[in-house]
Formats: sequence, structure tokens, C-alpha cells
Amino acid sequence: MTFSYYPGCTLKTKAKDLDMYARRSAQALGIDMQELAEWQCCGAVYPQAKDEIATKLSSVRALMSARDAGHDLMTLCSACHHVIKRVNNDMATDTDIRMKVNNYIKPELEYSGETKVVHYLEVLRDYVGFDELAKKVVNPLKGKKIAAYYGCLLLRPGSVMQFDDAENPSIMEDLIKAMGATPVLYANRNECCGGYVTLENRPTAQRRATSVVSSAKAAGADCIITACPLCMYNLDANCDESQKLPIIYFTELLAEALGVK
Amino acid sequence: MQTEKEMANDIIRRSGVNPLKCMKCGKCSGTCPAYEDMDYHPHQFVSMVQKGRINELLQSKSIWTCLSCFACIERCPRSVEPAKIIEAVRLELIRRQGCNHLKSDAIPELLDDKLPQQAIVSAFRKYSK
Amino acid sequence: MHRIGVFVCWCGTNIAATVDVKAVAEAARKEPGVVFATDYQYMCSEAGQALIRQAIKDNALTGVVICSCSPRMHEATFRKTVQAAGLNPYMLEIANIREQCSWIHKDIKEGTEKAIILARTAIAKVMLNKPLTAGESAVTKRALVIGGGIAGIQSALDIAEAGYEVDIVEKQPTIGGKMTQIDKTFPTLDCAACILTPKMVDAAQNEKIKIFSYSQVEEVKGFVGSFKAKIRKKARFVDENLCTGCGDCTSKCPSKKNKNEFNLGLDNRPAIYIPFAQAVPKVAVIDAEACIKKKTGKCGLCEKVCSAGAIKYDQQDEIIEREYGAIVVATGFNPIKLDKYDEYAYSQSPDVVTSLELERLMNAAGPTQGTLLRPSDGTHPHTIVFIQCVGSRCDDARGKSYCSKICCMYTAKHAMLIREKYPDTDVHVFYIDVRTPGKNFDEFYRRAVEQYGVDYIKGMVGKVIPHDGKLLVQGSDLISNEQVKIDADMVVLAAAIEPDPTARSVATMLTASIDTNDFFTEAHPKLRPVESPTAGVFLSGVCQGPKDIPETVAQASACAAKVIGLLAKDKLLSNPCVARADESLCSGCSVCQNVCPYGAITYEDREFRIPGPKRSEIRRVAQVNEAVCQGCGACTVACPSGAMDLKGFSTKQIMAEVDAICR
Repeated sequence: MTFSYYPGCTLKTKAKDLDMYARRSAQALGIDMQELAEWQCCGAVYPQAKDEIATKLSSVRALMSARDAGHDLMTLCSACHHVIKRVNNDMATDTDIRMKVNNYIKPELEYSGETKVVHYLEVLRDYVGFDELAKKVVNPLKGKKIAAYYGCLLLRPGSVMQFDDAENPSIMEDLIKAMGATPVLYANRNECCGGYVTLENRPTAQRRATSVVSSAKAAGADCIITACPLCMYNLDANCDESQKLPIIYFTELLAEALGVK
Repeated sequence: MQTEKEMANDIIRRSGVNPLKCMKCGKCSGTCPAYEDMDYHPHQFVSMVQKGRINELLQSKSIWTCLSCFACIERCPRSVEPAKIIEAVRLELIRRQGCNHLKSDAIPELLDDKLPQQAIVSAFRKYSK
Repeated sequence: MHRIGVFVCWCGTNIAATVDVKAVAEAARKEPGVVFATDYQYMCSEAGQALIRQAIKDNALTGVVICSCSPRMHEATFRKTVQAAGLNPYMLEIANIREQCSWIHKDIKEGTEKAIILARTAIAKVMLNKPLTAGESAVTKRALVIGGGIAGIQSALDIAEAGYEVDIVEKQPTIGGKMTQIDKTFPTLDCAACILTPKMVDAAQNEKIKIFSYSQVEEVKGFVGSFKAKIRKKARFVDENLCTGCGDCTSKCPSKKNKNEFNLGLDNRPAIYIPFAQAVPKVAVIDAEACIKKKTGKCGLCEKVCSAGAIKYDQQDEIIEREYGAIVVATGFNPIKLDKYDEYAYSQSPDVVTSLELERLMNAAGPTQGTLLRPSDGTHPHTIVFIQCVGSRCDDARGKSYCSKICCMYTAKHAMLIREKYPDTDVHVFYIDVRTPGKNFDEFYRRAVEQYGVDYIKGMVGKVIPHDGKLLVQGSDLISNEQVKIDADMVVLAAAIEPDPTARSVATMLTASIDTNDFFTEAHPKLRPVESPTAGVFLSGVCQGPKDIPETVAQASACAAKVIGLLAKDKLLSNPCVARADESLCSGCSVCQNVCPYGAITYEDREFRIPGPKRSEIRRVAQVNEAVCQGCGACTVACPSGAMDLKGFSTKQIMAEVDAICR
């Protein structure tokens, strides 16, 4: 199982753990993650406007490198996954954007969205399989009540992301079960934590983060797992002290369960 | 100088949204997690752009408070995609010279040790050109 | 020698405003074979028809061309006109110079030119017309009704009342359909069971009506007047003739924890059960998947307690073949599944229910004996939020594009009933529009607001958050431009309705057409609303489109009237414009048989004389059953050897038309 891997900038700096534990777990599961040789920052927010071309180029370059390497493109950070997957969808479905991007990059072989973009979690579900994963767990996280936080970027818009049921996802809960722990369902697991406005409007981010964490806490969770460095930061730093829960990257728990932490 | 109507047409084209598909159910504003921080709400963006009331929206604080969480896009029963309209209005403003909302000088004092890069990158992409 | 008459209609200003009708008549008069041409204000009027009849007689016309509206509108009218004047009705052609010309052109010159070409084309065709005579076929005086809900029952009762036999085939163990699950009916609030169950009993007792419950139509062959159907009577493992419906077996059955379909899974039923007290037929049925005896071979308790000896564990499905003259489709509807709408927390909280589930929770025969209690903890709810249009009026992949039509009224009913019975309960209704066209409907809704104090909020709910045993409902109030948050005890979702999943297979079986939403298509949306375009197939109830009970019953009776009109005939005249195989050209390839959507083509071995010593050979050739053929022409296009032709639309005629256009 070989994938081209796009880590993204935050995973090289503030979110090194997310990346490190992902690589260790992948090794334990027989997944070969080949980091793209020259990748650029995806921009961290998907440019929705039809006339935004330059802001999509870095994603397209990553997609083209994966195509040329002959692999699916694996992502890990929720934001990178969101941006790259949606740009890929534009390249496949929006003829105007496709033409302008190709005219600008002038690749040897035109790109039209042929690379498949898969998130690390999707690799676990669709390539490894949670049943197989469960067999490789050496250190089951028995008794741990874990709340999965999906946020917005992995799920929405469902028609493009096609990650899971956008209103009632189950992929992270299935992973939690496979790791031997108990998933905790709570209504705000797919509501926004407000991470994007933490610089612009911290009170909003604080209100949103607190509402997510308190919803998980009320449902009886011991901790929250996430795939997004920004959510990680926001749910921790901006949550009201009285409501705080440990926020952990899902890869860290996975590494723990697989005995490679 | 563009008229409001011309701006509205640009915004509609840039967003790729057809505001006429809206059936005015208000689900976007019912689901919006940033509602309380907005003066104009997602459903108003759709209807005001359709009516060409752009100047009011350019003054609106909502263009900075939209969380880009796409809940309105996901849940709109008519596939209107209000978040795209809000972003298109924001671009109408920040693409003008001197209208950057976030200036690099302001960054250092906003930082803390744990703040991930993506917070800064995304803020620049959302608020500045 | 042809003697053609051409009649150009003004259709008031519909045609005359954009087409110079006199110029068209003038041009037609110059065509070879045309001996008479004129124009008139309204050809379809009595005076116009008299003009045609007179002209036929005066000029000894052999063929007639009428330049007017679409043949769909008045072809039948004018056929009768020319027939009255002694011509064969098929010696008539219509040139459509209204829908295909005047209505779509603005310029008189262009419109006139095109009208002249269309007239010329029809003249070229009529020269090659041959007199045709409609065939006759017999009518089996019995109707099949597929689906035993209120629509099917009403159609069956009306047909039986006229003296014809009717079979109702219902896939559930009892007839009655969705209406059996409803508590009260709008706008009069009478109890659904009180008005429905007498009809169910009437159907069961009517000697003209035969009910096949727990059965499905598996195959339909034949054509209008003479259908043959295969009905699968599923094994219920209980002898219908012996079972008295006493219910001893159901109370003794040890396998008790099976979802009760009648109460929508809100409580349980045993493996052997009678769906509800007023079921028709009131006969038990064994759910083989839940029955311990069927699964393990042990148990057999129901057999022991049944004093009638009705339990038959080894009963098999039975196939019954019956003949029918007409078929009524009454396959009904279901609320859509809400698993894709979890922003409303339907799968997360048992206190989020559909409106149909609420009916059961308020029904005396329901799981709570009619006391409204929260499914989660059995407490009395004090705040209830209704959400309208869940899955209706959607333009996304999750929902339906149409308005489900019944939800506004039943929600007003629910809100009113709750406020009446539990005045301490606050009721909020989120609505996009309140749609209440119908007799006494808007008055009903206003009563909910003005008399019962139901709080109607113009807006939609965005999210329902289960929290601490409550449901936090977050929605918009567009009138006050606010985002409102309501701490509710229960949330009721008005789920869109959709055709029963069997609609598609029934449509295929009957070669009846359905639309993109799987609703059956009517022969004409306004003028033939209860007939399918397939002859002999009629539509009753929600299978054709969303309807409430009054409308369903009205349509069911209208449908019955059409069926009775058909069954009253001893013979049917068939459309003579049907396909015909030229046996000398047919190669026996079966292509036509495969493309025929009506199953009208069969193959027969025929002996043909051939030159040479052998003198004859047996060849397989196509035969068209003229009573079944609908004249669609698919076979004539598909036939690789040119052996298939359509009477009245022969290849020669069509080529002549093309030539006339290109001239």
C-alpha cells in the first residue's frame, strides 16, 4: 500500500506529533507514505470564488506530482485535505478553472482531476479496514471514552468531500472502536469550532470551542480526538477553563493502540 | 466606479451562486454558528445580492465573521450555497487597493506559542489580497 | 383520382394573428389533387364542422386536410366530422399550424411560409392514406386493484357497486394502508379508524370483491380488456380459512421482541401476530424470521393453543392466475427515510420523531394508549417543536423537489390536538410557507393559531442538539430576523412522502410510465388525470402524486368511473394505426420483438411457397397482435429488413411528407 503523502506546513512545525504518530502507525500497518518531494502550502482555506486561480495552483502542483508518481495522494491535516480535495474537484468538473490553471502551469500533461485524494482516516477505513486494524492493536484502549471531533473541513460539502455522512459520520467512531475504546456521540461533533476566526474574533472562537467541548463533556467523554491542528489549538486554547478536556490527535492514540508510540 | 447592480452581477458570477434558487426558508441563518456576531445574516446576503444592495454588505461586519464552516452550504435545501456569496462580497472589498483587512504589522501581537501556521495563512488568505 | 379538401382554421387570433390564413388556403388550392380550400374562424365549432361536411358532399372529396391546432386537441373531433359526411375517418390529416407554427413565430411572413409547408406536407400524406378500420377485442369483466389502502379500497368498492368483480392485491397482511395508522383526519378531526374500518369491512363482505392480502402481483401480460396476471400469495403459515382471529396464538408466542411495523417500531409484537384489532382479513401471520419454530424447529406453541387448527408451518407461497379487463394502480406512498437528515438528530434521539410516528404516539391503539409521552423516558413533553418541509421542496441530492402537500395540514392538526389535550404544552411550528388550499383548510390552520395559540415561526431549523435529556432547537425566525433557540422535549419532523418502492417494478410490469420521482404519469395532466398512457391501466391515489385523503378518495372514485366505463363495453375498438409485418420480407431476426415495449409481437412458423423442386419452406415470421400494439413505431425503425410498417404512418407516407417539406 503506497501513497504519495502531502503533510502540509503545520505538520512540519506546530503539529509535528500529528505527522510523527501517523508515520509510525502507518509503518505498523504496512502503509508506505512517500512524502512528495516538493510541496507547497495549500493555503489552508479553500478559495471558493470562481475567479480565484493563483490560490489553487499549489494544490494542483501537489496533485500533479502524485499523478506523475502513480499514486493516490494521502493527506492528514483536515484543512489540507479539504483544500486539495476541493481544488481537485474543480479541476475535474469546472472547465473554466481547469483551462486557466493548465494555461498557467503549462504542464507536459494537462491535469484534469485524475488523482484520487484520500485522507489518512479513509486509508484506515477503505484500504486497511477497521477489522484488520483491530487485529493489529496490541494495546487496546479499554475503558477510554473518546469523543471524535470532525469539525467542518473533513465533511462539508458532503457532495464534494464524500468522506462520510456529513450529518451523521461514523469513521472516527469506528476507529475508536477498533482501538478498543468507547466512542462518545455528541451533537456538536460536526459543528464548527470557530478556529478560522481565532485571530479576527477571539470571543467567537472561544464561544464556539466551548460549545463543542462542553457538548462532548456532557456526553461523558474523557478526551476529544481530532485530525486538524487548528481545531486542536482552538478547542484547547479557546475553551472555557471550566469545560476543558484533553484534545489529542487521533494518530497519537492510534500509535498508542498499535504499540508504536 | 461600478454601480451596485454591476457589483452584484460580478458577485453573482464570482460566487457561482444563483440567488434566485433561494426559497427564503432561512435554514442557512438557522444553522449559522456565527449568527450572533453578524449584522447581516446568511439569508440576507442571498436576498440583498439578488436585489443589488451591495454597499450595505460591504460595510457589514458579517463578511469578517463568517466562519467558512460550510454548514449553510451543506444544509441549504435548495443548494444555494450562501457562504460562497459572502466570500464573493468579501473579495469585492479586499481586492480594492488599500482594503486589506489584515495587515502584516498586526500579526506579531496576535501570536502565541501554540498557534498553528495554518491560522495565520488562512487569515491572510481570507482577509487580505 | 384524388379530390382533397383543405380547411384552414384561424383559431380566433391564435393562428390568424401570426399566419395569413387566406394565403395558406390560396397556396393549398394550387397543390395537385386539391379541389377545394377555404378558411374559417373556428373549424372546431358546430358551424365550422358543418362547413367541412358540406364541402365533402358538394365536392365529392376523397381526403381532408385541416390546418389547425395539435391533433392531440381535435383529431378525434374532426375524424367524427368526416365520418359523418361519409368518409373513412382515417382519410383525414391535421397540419398543426398553431402549436408548431403560430404560437412559436412572431413574424407573419415566416409563420405563413411555415404554415404553407405544413399544409403541403399533410396534403402529400393524405394522398397516400388508406381507409382503415378499427379492430375489436373482448373485455374481461373484472378489475385488478394493486394496493389495498384507502385509494384501492374506494376504487374497488365503486367498481363492485357497478356490478363488476374486483380483486384487491395487498402486499401487507391487512388492507387499509397508511390511513390505518393515522389518528384523526383533517379538517374535521374525525377519527380515521371510524371512517376507514367500515370501508374495509364493506370490501371484505362485498361478494364482488376478492381480497388477496399478503400477496403481490408478479407478472402481467396481455392488453386492455384482456390482461392476465400472476399473483403470489405469500405463505403466512396460517390457514386463512380456519383462523378465527381470536388472538390466542399471539398472546402465547414466546418470541415477543420484534419491531411492530404497525406502530413504526415504537413497540414490539410477537412472531405470530395480527397487525391490529380491525385488520381485514383478521387472520394471524407468522413472521418466519422471528418464529422460533421456523428457525430452530422447536417451540410450536401457537400450533398447540390454536383450537381452530389453523397453524401450518409448512405452508408454501401460492401462485394464482387471474384475468382482468382493467388494472388500477393504487400503490401509495411512504414517508422518506430520515437518516440523511441528522442535523435534526433523528437517529441520535428517540424524542425526535416523524409525524407518522407522532400519529401512533397519539393513537389509543398505539404504544402509549394515546397518551403523548416522550419515547426516551415516558415523561410528558412540555415543549414540542414541529419542523416542516423535511426533505420536501429540495434541490439537493437528499430530498424531493416537490411539495408533499399534506404536511402543512397534518402539522396544524397535530399542533391543535396537542394544545387541546395538553394545554400546558407549548407548541412551535417552523414553516417556510403554510400551504392550505382546500375546502375549510385555511380556516383550520387559522384555528390552530388563533384559537389554540400554536406558535408559528417563519423560518427553518438548522440544527437540533440533544443535550441533558432535552433537545436544543436552533432555527431562524425570519420575521423578527433572529436566530431562535428553543429547549424542546420533543421534535416532530414532517418528512416528505415518496411513492412506495414497488411503484417502479409495478410500472415496468404494466409498461406504464413513471416520472423522475417514481410517481405514475397520467395520460394527460389536466384532461385525463386518472388514466395511465397505457390503455387499461388506471391511477388511484398517491401513486400518481401527493394527495390528502379527500383528494385520494375523489380520485379513486374518478378512477373507478373510468374502469366501469371500460368494463361496461362488450367489445373494444382498437387503434387501427398499428404495425404490420410483411411476411415476405421478414427474416425472423426477433429485433422487433425485443424493442416492442408492449409485448405485441410474437413469432410464428409459417409455410411459404418457393421456386424450385422443394416448393415450400417453413420460416419464422413476426406477427403483430393488433389489440396490443400501440402504434409507437419502434419496430418499424428497428427492423433491419424493412418488413415492419405502421398503418397510417407508413414509411412511404413519411417519406412523402419529408419530400413535401424539402420541395
